[in-house]
Amino acid sequence: MNDVATPAAPGRTWPDEGLTRIPYWVYTDEALRRQEQQRLYQGETWNYLCLEADLAQTGDYVSTFVGETPVVAVRAEDGELYAFENRCAHRGALIALENAGRTDQFTCVYHAWSYDLQGTLKGVAFEQGVAGKGGMPPGFDKPAHSPRKLRVATTCGLVFGSFSDDVPDLEDYIGEAVLGRIRRILGKGEIEVLGRFTQKLPNNWKLYFENVKDSYHASLLHLFLTTFDVNRLTQKGGLIVSEDGGNHVSYSMVIPDERHGSEYRDQGIRSENQDYTLHDTSFLQGTDEIGDGITLQILSVFPGFVLGQVWNSFVVRQVLPKGVDETELHWTYFGFREDTPEQRTARLKQLNLVGPAGLVSMEDGCVGGFVQRGIATAEDERAVVQMGGDATSSSDTRATEASVRGFWKAYRRHMGL
Amino acid sequence: MKTLELHLAVSLLQARYAQAIDDDRLEDWPGFFTEDCFYSITSHENHVRGLAAGIVWCDNQGMLKDRVSGLREANIYERHRYRHVLSMPATVQPEGDRVRAQTPFAVYRITRNRPSELFVTGCYHDEYRITGEDDLKIARRVVVCDSSVFDTLLAIPL
Ligand code: FES
Ligand SMILES: [Fe+2]
Repeated sequence: MNDVATPAAPGRTWPDEGLTRIPYWVYTDEALRRQEQQRLYQGETWNYLCLEADLAQTGDYVSTFVGETPVVAVRAEDGELYAFENRCAHRGALIALENAGRTDQFTCVYHAWSYDLQGTLKGVAFEQGVAGKGGMPPGFDKPAHSPRKLRVATTCGLVFGSFSDDVPDLEDYIGEAVLGRIRRILGKGEIEVLGRFTQKLPNNWKLYFENVKDSYHASLLHLFLTTFDVNRLTQKGGLIVSEDGGNHVSYSMVIPDERHGSEYRDQGIRSENQDYTLHDTSFLQGTDEIGDGITLQILSVFPGFVLGQVWNSFVVRQVLPKGVDETELHWTYFGFREDTPEQRTARLKQLNLVGPAGLVSMEDGCVGGFVQRGIATAEDERAVVQMGGDATSSSDTRATEASVRGFWKAYRRHMGL
Repeated sequence: MKTLELHLAVSLLQARYAQAIDDDRLEDWPGFFTEDCFYSITSHENHVRGLAAGIVWCDNQGMLKDRVSGLREANIYERHRYRHVLSMPATVQPEGDRVRAQTPFAVYRITRNRPSELFVTGCYHDEYRITGEDDLKIARRVVVCDSSVFDTLLAIPL
């Protein structure tokens, strides 16, 4: 378990109200940020690394991150997947310098120490010295000096890594309810990557991960969803929160002849605008390809994995901290190998809704920064997260902040806060 | 049109295009394109790997108009504007009533209370249709950004 003898954030205490109040220091505290690296990312969590499709052949590798730790994921000669810290055992240089590639071994450029595909140190340049002089002392144990290795597990074509030997099996960690919703999408077939983009966010990573889980904001902030019936809080849908609070699914369905309720207009909410029409309606004409009527599904796995469906567009998002007030969001847009040309075009069109320029998601790139700037001197103040009471449970309404509270429940447990 | 005239025609269109965006005349932007145009914004890495998706991906002029009305009426973001700095169009190649060209660009972003900052660099990969005496329309524009990393959001088109 975590070393809870050392406080995660010295001098800080969580408000007595529990999960309905979030103290703002969690987004600004440097000491807390360092503890997160140890207690969350190197603790008992599973972290998304890449797609199995990225590591199809022997020697295929991807350089990625677990929290702020650089990591390499690779397929070795035995057909298994391995992951290790991207840090040379000699002086700490990056071992892999490309984002992705194929190799038969890794050689550090600095002094040419080399590693096999499992990340084990195999070669030390001039180990015996030159002409009988210099070299490493006899008995230098190379394998004992390998970079830190991760446990690797896959589900539905997703590759996760963990620094912990004690973390539960990946599928138990995700939980059956959320896993079922991953299968719902990724069970469709073999993934085909359509593009990758990175979005830099001017805020703490937790503000983004909370936003993903915040089913309350979606139809209030994003006018596209509301006006075009992709998502309204008054639509049929629901929220699933995993037992430990860390993982969630929010989903909704469009019922074709559903009459517009007047809830939004009655409350004078900005995102209701019945006059707004599209010149090109083809891009919102989705097909019910999964056959369950669900047109929007957002799913997260603690602490940094997001799987999103908006109509026929699918994306994976990897949330990576880059300092206390900077976050990188790595978007992978995908379809399936067996897609017809029409399905592929529909996905490419609907991807306009998501990503850094997404007609729906561009707002999510800003709001975290608005909070980060808003709380500049408010470390002792707190956010109010009380929609739907204080529960962290699943519900058939999305007018609740249950999954945001669930996030904090999991966060506090991992951090010992 | 002769080569030099074509070069000039492309340059002039590029200049008017950039000015329309930078002057916040976004409603004029779709008019630079043919009705059956293709417009996308991608990155060098996706482009060389042949990955089809864009962060913007439009296969008709109506989708461009919808981008503009989305920005005006729907999307929420902090007020900002762009300054395009365009290079001379390179590799201008006529083919019948079509012209292909590539034009490198830099776009600075000016956000409320902040100094100008370099936002994106890249290259327009274009195909124009000659629609009149000295009139061109963009039939296909792939905006290939040099980096795959985008800061905060990309709201205004490039
Ligand atoms: S730092 Fe890698 S070989 Fe020296
Ligand atoms: Fe959102």
